[in-house]
Amino acid sequence: MNWNAWIPLLVVASSMLPGLIIFNLAEHRIRLRTALNLIGALVKLLLVGWMLWGVYNEHIFETRLALLPNLDIVLRAGPWSLFFVTLSTVLWLITTIYAIGYLEGSPHRSRFFGFFSVCVSATVGVALSGNLITFLLFYELLTLSTYPLVVHRGTEVARRAGQVYLNYTIFGGALLLLGTVWLYTLAGTLEFTPQGFLQTLDEAHHPALIAIFVLLVSGLGVKAALVPFHGWLPQAMVAPAPVSALLHAVAVVKAGVFGIVRVVYDIYGVDFASDLGVTDPLAWLAAITIIYGSLRALYQDDLKRMLAFSTVSQASYITLGVAIASPIATIGGAVHLLHQGLMKITLFFCAGNLAETLGIHMVSEMNGVGRRMPWTMAAFTIGAFGMIGVPPIAGFVSKWYLGLGALEIGKEWVVIVLAGSSLLNAAYFLPILHRVWFQEPTHPWPEERSFGNQETAWALLIPPILTALMALGAGVFATGSFSPLVWAQLIAQREFHQP
Amino acid sequence: MEVNWGVVLILLPLIGGIACFLYPRLVKILGVLTSFALVLSVAGLGWQIKINDIYRHSVGGWDAPLGIELYADGLSLLMLSATALVGLGISVYSVGYFDREDSSRFWPLWLFLIAALNALFLSADIFNLYVNLELMGLTAVTLAALTGSRDALSGSMRYLLATLLGSLVYLLGVALLYHGFGSMDIGILSVRVESSPVAWVALGLISTGLLLKTALFPLHFWLPAAHANAPAPVSALLSALVVKASFYILFRLWLKIFSPISEGVEMIFGLLGSMAILWGSLQALRQTRLKLLVAYSTVAQIGYLFLSFPLAISGVATAWSATAYLILSHALAKAAMFLAVGNILCFGVHDRIAGLDRVVQRLPLTASAFALAGISIMGLPPSGGFIGKWLLLEAALTKGRWDLVVVIILGGLMAAGYVFKVLGNAFTPSSEPHKSRPVPACMEWASLLLALGAILLGFFVSPVSSLLDMGSPFDISGVRP
Repeated sequence: MNWNAWIPLLVVASSMLPGLIIFNLAEHRIRLRTALNLIGALVKLLLVGWMLWGVYNEHIFETRLALLPNLDIVLRAGPWSLFFVTLSTVLWLITTIYAIGYLEGSPHRSRFFGFFSVCVSATVGVALSGNLITFLLFYELLTLSTYPLVVHRGTEVARRAGQVYLNYTIFGGALLLLGTVWLYTLAGTLEFTPQGFLQTLDEAHHPALIAIFVLLVSGLGVKAALVPFHGWLPQAMVAPAPVSALLHAVAVVKAGVFGIVRVVYDIYGVDFASDLGVTDPLAWLAAITIIYGSLRALYQDDLKRMLAFSTVSQASYITLGVAIASPIATIGGAVHLLHQGLMKITLFFCAGNLAETLGIHMVSEMNGVGRRMPWTMAAFTIGAFGMIGVPPIAGFVSKWYLGLGALEIGKEWVVIVLAGSSLLNAAYFLPILHRVWFQEPTHPWPEERSFGNQETAWALLIPPILTALMALGAGVFATGSFSPLVWAQLIAQREFHQP
Repeated sequence: MEVNWGVVLILLPLIGGIACFLYPRLVKILGVLTSFALVLSVAGLGWQIKINDIYRHSVGGWDAPLGIELYADGLSLLMLSATALVGLGISVYSVGYFDREDSSRFWPLWLFLIAALNALFLSADIFNLYVNLELMGLTAVTLAALTGSRDALSGSMRYLLATLLGSLVYLLGVALLYHGFGSMDIGILSVRVESSPVAWVALGLISTGLLLKTALFPLHFWLPAAHANAPAPVSALLSALVVKASFYILFRLWLKIFSPISEGVEMIFGLLGSMAILWGSLQALRQTRLKLLVAYSTVAQIGYLFLSFPLAISGVATAWSATAYLILSHALAKAAMFLAVGNILCFGVHDRIAGLDRVVQRLPLTASAFALAGISIMGLPPSGGFIGKWLLLEAALTKGRWDLVVVIILGGLMAAGYVFKVLGNAFTPSSEPHKSRPVPACMEWASLLLALGAILLGFFVSPVSSLLDMGSPFDISGVRP
C-alpha cells in the first residue's frame, strides 16, 4: 500500500478529528482538551516535516477521492502548498498555546477550540488542494468555521461584526463558485497545473476567460482584503486576539492571497495571464491596496484596528509580487506569505497581551508600557521593524526581492510604491515605539490579573517571543539551507517558471 | 422465496396505522418499529432493482390496462428512500414531541400518510396516482390541524381547499387523457400521446393542479400558514415529503409523457421557478418568526426544482440529476430545520428570531442541526445542496442561460442571509429570555442526524447517482427534435 497517497488527507484529519472530539467535551475537561489540541498539532507537524523532506526529494503525495463524475477531491503536496501548510501548522501550534493562556477561565472554550481546529483543517485543505473545486470546498469551510470564532463573545458588537464578515465572504464565495463552474464548462478540468491549462483554449473564449479571471480574483480578493473588498477585516477585530492572529496571519487573509497565486500561476499561467492583459490591473489594484491600507492605518488609535489596516496593506505585497510577473518579484511575493505571517502574528499576540494584562486597547494608552512589559514590547518592536522593512528582519528580504524583481522588468513604479509604503509604515509604527520606550506612563497600570514577578502569563509571553525570533531568523539566515527564502526559490523554480 | 418489497412498502404502514388504532397504548413503539422496518424494506427493494433492473408487479395478477400495476425505477427509489429516511427521523422525533393524547391521534394518520406516499411513488398509472394524491392530501390536512388552535385551523382550511382544488383539476386532466388516448397506464400513454388539443388541455390542467399542490409561486399562498402553524414534526413532513410528492408526479409525467408535446411550457416553469426563488427568499428574509422563515424558505427551494425544466438537454442528464439531488437534500435539510425549530419552540415557548436567547450555548445540538441544514439550503460545500446547485449551474452555463445563473446565485446569497440572521441571533443574549424547558434528547438527535445526512450527501455523489440511474428514468429527458 502506498502510504504517501494518504498523508495529505491525514494532515487535514490531524486537526479535524481532535476538533470534532473537542466539540463534545464538557467545559471542565481542560487537560484532555489541551492534550488533544497539542497532540493534533504535533502529529501534523511531524507529517508536514515528512512531506517537506519528501517533496524536496521529488516524492509525490497525492490523495484523490471521487466527488462528481470527472471531478475529484484532490489533495496534493507541492512546494507551494507545503509552504503555506508549514506556515499554518507551525503557527497553529503556537497560537493554540497562546489561546489556552488567553482564554483561561472564559466560557465556551470547547466550542472555541473545536472551531479553531476545524478552521486550521480548512486552511491546510486550502493549501493542499490540487484542483479548484477542492479549493472551493475548503475555502467555504474556512468561512463557515471562522464565523463562530468571530462572534465567539456573543455580544451585539460581535454579532454585527460577524454579519459584516459573512456579507463579504459569502458574496465572495458566490463569485468564486460562479467563476469555478463557468471555468469548468469551458475547460472541462479544474486541475492545478504548473504554467496553467488554459493556453490551449480557442481564442474565441478569451473574453470569457477574462471575465472568469475577474470573478475568481474578486471572490478571492474578499478574503485577501484587496480594496474595495477589505471592509470586513477591521470590523472583525472584535474577535478574541488569538482569532485575530489566526484570521490575519494564518488562515483567512492568507487563503485568499494563496488562491490568487494559484489562479495566476496554476490555472492561467503567468505568461498567458499577462497576454490576456489581466495581470497589470491586478498589480495596480494591489499597489492601491498597499498605499490605501497604510494611509488608513496612520489614522487609527485602536491598536488592533491599526494592525488590521496594516494587514490590508501587507497582504497585497504578495499579490503585487505575483502580478508583476517577474521571476524575482515572485520569490519576494511568495516568501512574504510566510514573513508577513510571522511578523503580523507577533504584533497581534503583543496587542492581545496588552489588552489581557493591562487593559490597553488604544495606541494613546501605550505610553511607557515598555517598562512594564519589556519582553512583550521587545517582540512588538521586532515585528514593527520587520513591517517597516528594516534589515535584517524578514520583511526586508521580501521587499528587497520585490523591488529587485520590479527593476529587472522595468517597472520602476513598483519601487516607488514600496518605498512610499515603507515610509508610511515607519510613520505609524515609529511613534508607537517612541511612546512605548521613551515616554513616561500617564497613570499607574491597572492590575487585571496578577502574575507574580513576570510581566504576564507564560502561555501569553512565550508565543510572541518565539514568533519574533523566527521573523528575525528568517531574515538573518535567509540564505541558509531550508530557510523560507530558499524554499521560495525552489517554488519559483519548480512550479512557477519552469525553464 | 422472493419478498415482494413494493407491496410490503404499502401494506406495512397501513397495518401499522391500523394497529395504532387498536392499541393506543403502544403507538410509539409500533410507529418507530414500522418506520424502521420501512427503511429496511426500501433497502430490500433497492437491492432487488439493482439485481433485476426495473421492479414491476401486477396487483392480483391483473396486467396493466385492467389491473393496478406497481413500478419502481431509480427515481421512485430515490423518493422512497427520502420518505423512509426522513420518516424515520420524524418518527423518532415524535416519540418525544407528542404527549399521550396527541400521540394516539398523530401516529395512525402519520403511518397512513407514509402508506399513501409509498403507494404514490410506486404507481404506474395516472388514476392510481390521483387516488394516492387525494389520500395523502387529506391525511396531511388533518395532521396540519392537529393542534386545534385557531391559526392552525384557519391555515388547514386554506390548505384543504387548495389541496382539493388541486386534485380536482388534476383529475379533470386525467379524464381528458383517458378519453383522448384510451389508457391510464403511463407506459402506454407515453407511446400514444401526441401533440393535439386534448393533450395540451390535459397538460394544462394536470400541471396547474400539481403546481397548486406543490405550492409553486404564485400558487404558494396556502403553504406558509399551513406549514408554520402545524406541530413541528408535521411541518417537517409537509415541507420535506408532501410537496415533493406532487412534484414527483409532475416530474414523472413530464419525463414520460409530456416533454415531446410541451413546446414553451418549460419556459413558464423556469420563469415561475425563478420568481419563487426570489420571492420566497425575500419573504423569508423579512420574517420575524422562525417557523414562518423556514416555511418561506421552502417556497424558495421549490423554485429550484423547476429550474431544470428549461435546462434539460436531450441526452444530458445533468439538469435532471440536479433536481433529484435537490429533492433529496432539501427533504433531509428542511426536515432537520423544522425539527430544530420545534426544539427551540419546545425549549423557549416562542420563536421570535430577535428573541433567540443564546440558543447556541444552551441547545448546542439543535443549533448545530440548524446550521448544518442551513449549509445545505444555502448550497455551500460540502453538502447535498451544493452538489445540486453545482449541477444546476453547470447546466445553466452550458446552455448560456445567464438569467437563471443570476437567480441561482442570488437565491444562494439570500438563503445565506436568512440562515445567518437566525444563527447570529442565536449567539447573543436577548431582552426577552427563553423560559428553558427541557428538550428530550431524541428530539435533538433526530434533527441533528437528519442535518448530518444532508451534509454527508455531498460526499456520496457516485453511489446516489448510480442508484438514480437504475432503470434510466431520465432516458427520454427533454428529447425534442
